[in-house]
Amino acid sequence: MALQQKVTPLYALDLAGGTTVTLSPVPLQGGGAPPENSINRAVDIIRDRVNGSGISEAEVGKSGDNIIISVPGAGQKEVVDLVGTTAELRFRQVLAYGPPTVVPATLPTEAPTPTPSASASSSAKPAPTPSESAKPKSRALTEALADPSHPPTPSPSTTGTGKPAETPKPGSTADPTGVPTVTPSPAVPADPLAGIDTTGIDPAVLEQFKTLDCTAKDRGQGTVDDPGKQFVACDDAGAGKYILEKADIVGTEVSTASSGIDPTSNEWVVQVEFKNEGGKKFAQLTSRVNLQQIPQGPRNQVAMVLDGVVISAPVINEPIPGGTAQISGGFEQKDAEDLANQLKYGALPLKFEKSSIESVSSTLGADQLNGGLLAGGIGLILVVIYSLFYYRGLGVVSVLSLLIAGILTYQSVVILGHGIGFRLSLAHIIGLIVSIGITADSFIVYFERLRDELKAGRPIRPAVEIAWRRARRTILVADAVTFIAAVVLYFLSVGGVAGFAFAMGLTTLIDIAVVFLFTKPLVALLCRTKFFAQGHKLSGLDQDRLRSVSAVRTTPQEA
Amino acid sequence: MSGIRLIASKLYRGEVNIDFVGRLKLWYGISAALIVFSIAGLTIPGLHFGVEFTGGSVFSFKAPAASIEQVRSTMAEVGHDTAIVQETDSNWRVTTRSVPADEVTKIQETVGKRFSIQPDQVSSQVIGPTWGGEVSNKALIGLIVFMIVIIVYLTMAFEWRMALAAVVALVHDLVITAGIYAWTGFEVTPATILGFLTILGYSLYDAVVVFDMIKEVTAPLGSTGKQTYTQAANKALNSTLIRSLNTSLVAILPVASILFIGTTLFGAGTLKDLSLSLFVGMIVGTYSSLCVATPLLAQLKEREPKYQALARRVAANAAAGAKATVSGAKATTPATATATVGSPVVATSEQSHTLPGVSTGPGKQGSRSAGTRKPPGGGKKRR
Repeated sequence: MALQQKVTPLYALDLAGGTTVTLSPVPLQGGGAPPENSINRAVDIIRDRVNGSGISEAEVGKSGDNIIISVPGAGQKEVVDLVGTTAELRFRQVLAYGPPTVVPATLPTEAPTPTPSASASSSAKPAPTPSESAKPKSRALTEALADPSHPPTPSPSTTGTGKPAETPKPGSTADPTGVPTVTPSPAVPADPLAGIDTTGIDPAVLEQFKTLDCTAKDRGQGTVDDPGKQFVACDDAGAGKYILEKADIVGTEVSTASSGIDPTSNEWVVQVEFKNEGGKKFAQLTSRVNLQQIPQGPRNQVAMVLDGVVISAPVINEPIPGGTAQISGGFEQKDAEDLANQLKYGALPLKFEKSSIESVSSTLGADQLNGGLLAGGIGLILVVIYSLFYYRGLGVVSVLSLLIAGILTYQSVVILGHGIGFRLSLAHIIGLIVSIGITADSFIVYFERLRDELKAGRPIRPAVEIAWRRARRTILVADAVTFIAAVVLYFLSVGGVAGFAFAMGLTTLIDIAVVFLFTKPLVALLCRTKFFAQGHKLSGLDQDRLRSVSAVRTTPQEA
Repeated sequence: MSGIRLIASKLYRGEVNIDFVGRLKLWYGISAALIVFSIAGLTIPGLHFGVEFTGGSVFSFKAPAASIEQVRSTMAEVGHDTAIVQETDSNWRVTTRSVPADEVTKIQETVGKRFSIQPDQVSSQVIGPTWGGEVSNKALIGLIVFMIVIIVYLTMAFEWRMALAAVVALVHDLVITAGIYAWTGFEVTPATILGFLTILGYSLYDAVVVFDMIKEVTAPLGSTGKQTYTQAANKALNSTLIRSLNTSLVAILPVASILFIGTTLFGAGTLKDLSLSLFVGMIVGTYSSLCVATPLLAQLKEREPKYQALARRVAANAAAGAKATVSGAKATTPATATATVGSPVVATSEQSHTLPGVSTGPGKQGSRSAGTRKPPGGGKKRR
């Protein structure tokens, strides 16, 4: 049974059915219908959660005020839980920041960690200054990427509002306890954590940080993070990754957030108001963070984590008491509104309850899948007949190549299905069959080149090589075009389009692999046989027939 | 019969010489007519978007004994042959496009009668789109970004004129496919969109293969005054003609099989919409890479001073050669002998070797030259 599951691909809703969850908004306090755009926003967020990678073929739609989520496959309990739990917003101090890619972890980083009496109770927790060499780098990062969702803008800063700003006194307040100087471990260039102060970071978390890849489409959106633990997260644009301290404040302690134009600076800002307790905690957090590093480093930032990704990580310029904070940083109006909404509503702009959970059957019966496969199969058989008729011996090569491409495609789909949840709808299956047909293009390009060379009177062995050199370029340029289409559509689209683009990119790569590693070597090998080398009539490389006019009469089966 | 055999064997040996580029006005005329036809299709009947895009109605009812085929055929009776039928834990769930109130009653009655349940046991509900604004918008943004990226890529791989011609042909294909789709009155479903996206790749693939050959054939141009760019492009086109036809046939066969066999035998919605958009798109794509992209490219190239000068020299050579036999000169030489900036010197700097294609006669040189140099004699031998 388990074996059987491993050898068949996973199907999408139309072929496999799945689970449908209906979420109903909990009525607003003042009564009245929830605003339409909040529901639309909730739909977008939920779609991101259930189909973050774009290939799971989950569908999310509205039905009046309700949101209907359909997830393919049976027993999708974890998905049902995922959409049900309203992930929370957390405020966490940034401990480290790095580029989004996976750093080849070579060095076991044993940072000398003379943890100086880590009294978390006091507001000023001294931290060792990072190595001198690291400072400039981390500073630059902070300034450039303090708020990665708005990269081109100046670094955002959080300042207290409603009170005259207490000017930070860097020099005097920085080392109240006499910071223990840490001799920087001799920085080896290959160290993936070079420039990162690892003090106080859980080694297990460091490991996670090293392996986290934020350039992937699935950046961990929807992860529910434990506020009591350190956490590794990507920023929501995938521009970088963070190690974050335990959460000081959770989303329920935010009373409200709004966006508006700051009258003095005349730019869009986001204002956050905390509830009583949250305000105190935020004051503690900001004063602690503010004292972390002189000059500024990642540890001067507070990250706001929503649904497992960092939505904003402003630098704290000064301790912020009073329970109100203002985030600035050259926002566009829309960005400011979005951030305010995210802060205000936590994960979802509205509160929802699950009003029904039911499993649904496939929309297309087995008849349709079989019909599609049968029709597609007949089509491929026609292709086989045609290539045998036209290319004779070479046709066999192309049929074998098609067969291999087909097997590879099927295998990849099975592996991707079980590995990363790639699901096939009927449209995908048809698309794959068609692209296998298109794969034959590259063989034909090569064969026609080969025949050109033979017509020109070249002997067969050099012809195979020369034709290949010319055909190779054509095949690569043409496949590059298809591949670009696939990549662009995968990364810019959502839902079914992304899944289809994924399949398109996959078959393009398989095409290249087959033509390079199988078709061409096979042709080269075959040309050493007498049958092909001497241009047997049935080889498809009959030089007489290719060239001479009189050959028409001797081969009446033509036409 | 022998005529067909002749054409087939000519094709097999790559000896055809159809003047694609020269019949530019004909192709442009056909394309313009097709585009007008398509735009009319997009505006008069317009595209009918399916439930996934517009939202619709959901009917739920209990009928434990019914099969999915029975439910589907019942819906077809009331004119909803594209309804999406699903079985849930306890219910049937049928999604149709939005239906007006009186039709809701009719559906409830029909379903009730068919499965022996009270019409009021058939509940109806309005649902929103699953492929709503965001999905479509993002797909559109993806398309625009793709066009830009592809222009940049083709400009680097070839040159901007080829990039432009290829993208014009692509837009041409998409518009015509959408137009014909609109005229058929088929519902636009997500599968249709996926079909369109496949055409996107296919249309460009075809054009790129043709352009690659044109680039190769026209590279040594200018060293002799025998051929204009247009003529060389035409020659390249003819030598890839058999490849174009073969690849198109091979790609279209499965699609046609799914469209004609699949839909007549199984009447499946997903198959019909996807395969129709692919079928039309592939045929138009093959046509456009031969008859739109290449003539347009030749037209653009002939504006370059270098090729204008070449065209004049070819015309001069031809005139000299044609003194004896007037019919010898090809009519394709464009009469754009306007004031040119560059001097003929440009030609020599471009290429070092003058071997292939252009220089020699029918000798042992490749098919491309052999094919076209021969015709006067070669055509007759066959009779």
